[in-house]
Amino acid sequence: MKKVLTGNFTAAYAATAAKVDVIAAYPITPQTTIVELLSEIVADGKLDADFVKVESEHSALAACIGAQAAGARTFTATSAQGLALMHEMIHWAARGRLPIVLANVNRAMAPGWSIWADATDSVAQRDTGWMQVYCENNQEVFDTILMSYKIGEREDILLPTLVNLDAFFLSHTSQVVDLYDEKTIDSFLPKYNPKIKLDEKSPCSFGALTAPDHYYEFSYKIQKAHESATQVIKEVGKEFGKTFGREYGLVDAYKCDDADYILINYSTIAGTAKDAVDRMRDKGIKVGTLKVRYFRPFPYEEIKSTVSNAKKIGVIDRAVSYGQEGPFFNETKASLYGKTTPMYGFLAGLGGRDVSIKDIESMVDYMKTNDPENKIWIGVKE
Amino acid sequence: MSKNEKNKYEVEIKGAKDMPSMPASLGSMKYNKTASWRSIKPVIITEKCKNCMICWKFCPEPAILPTTPPTIDYDYCKGCGICVVECPFDAIKTEKEGK
Repeated sequence: MKKVLTGNFTAAYAATAAKVDVIAAYPITPQTTIVELLSEIVADGKLDADFVKVESEHSALAACIGAQAAGARTFTATSAQGLALMHEMIHWAARGRLPIVLANVNRAMAPGWSIWADATDSVAQRDTGWMQVYCENNQEVFDTILMSYKIGEREDILLPTLVNLDAFFLSHTSQVVDLYDEKTIDSFLPKYNPKIKLDEKSPCSFGALTAPDHYYEFSYKIQKAHESATQVIKEVGKEFGKTFGREYGLVDAYKCDDADYILINYSTIAGTAKDAVDRMRDKGIKVGTLKVRYFRPFPYEEIKSTVSNAKKIGVIDRAVSYGQEGPFFNETKASLYGKTTPMYGFLAGLGGRDVSIKDIESMVDYMKTNDPENKIWIGVKE
Repeated sequence: MSKNEKNKYEVEIKGAKDMPSMPASLGSMKYNKTASWRSIKPVIITEKCKNCMICWKFCPEPAILPTTPPTIDYDYCKGCGICVVECPFDAIKTEKEGK
């Protein structure tokens, strides 16, 4: 079944399709309509779930953690300041190995008070152990939420996922979304049934005191799970393609094979970049674009193999690591360690400023005539 | 189940492969004694005790058992001394641990 849906409604329908058992959330712009619609779906009896109203985002994720530990499939959504308030629990969910899915509508951190798109909020959660995905369009939001449960719930993974969608560019923009049919989704994503869970008949405690002789190994196991996930993400992406007709991987390459210039990017900028690439190709410029879907686990190998023949590489970040550079640019450089291909770090669209096709063309123009540079501010009013 | 019974869930951990993915204690805290850092030991003076159970109410751990008179569970008592302060009849004294 196809519907015209905003990104937020898409996320709500995805949680419904995943038949989550518990939803706990606190409203925050621009996320609010995700859980608003979910509360209606639950109230209408169309989803057999507990909707837990809480007093803060910290409590929202804490409630999901408790429920997930008891064997429920859980969902929550937030943005920016809300995600920051969750931070302690973000660590807890990952170290507790609870495959919660959180839809984060990427919004700029305050001050200045902003409700517009910026990935700094989720990038700041980089080292917590969560998997992180960035979506280009609403269909990808729907598909990613379904796949994230399937990937995260696997016994060899057991990791939570942050599914990111850009404020307004996706959250409040309507697109056609294929919602598939219930039966096919149910067979793709069976009921969550973890091996170890809170059970009064067989009591155990989670997250207990862990001395140095074991903590180290728990950290090691999280890293190993992320390494396995790079393979599992591709497997599940292929299975999704076979089942629903849309295949996904860690990255999405567009016209990269013969490209002299490759622009690496993520989220909605990836869509604009594809149009920009088409325009530049019409003018005879050999350009390609590589969308990075996963920030964690980071697709080092996929980036390396895709850009191996490019003459120059640019990375567009809608986020900044102050005192460093663009976070995706930083990681991309790390994945190409030992290579001498000139690299350019572009900072664009912070706080929701539009990144147009012209802006992207100007990046390629810059790469043509300038030496490599780590921080190139696109359109900054100096 | 008696408290000294062996933990049937206990697994020998040699390395990461033997460990669950998350820190989970199988078989509850019954087997995980937590009082080793106690330096001061509260002792109930049974002749003074009126069985009011205020100590039981104030104990932040389930370390005072609601018997008559109450008994202190030294496997979990961390020696915080709250019961000593709260007892209205001065019926709980402290001893230095290891004496």
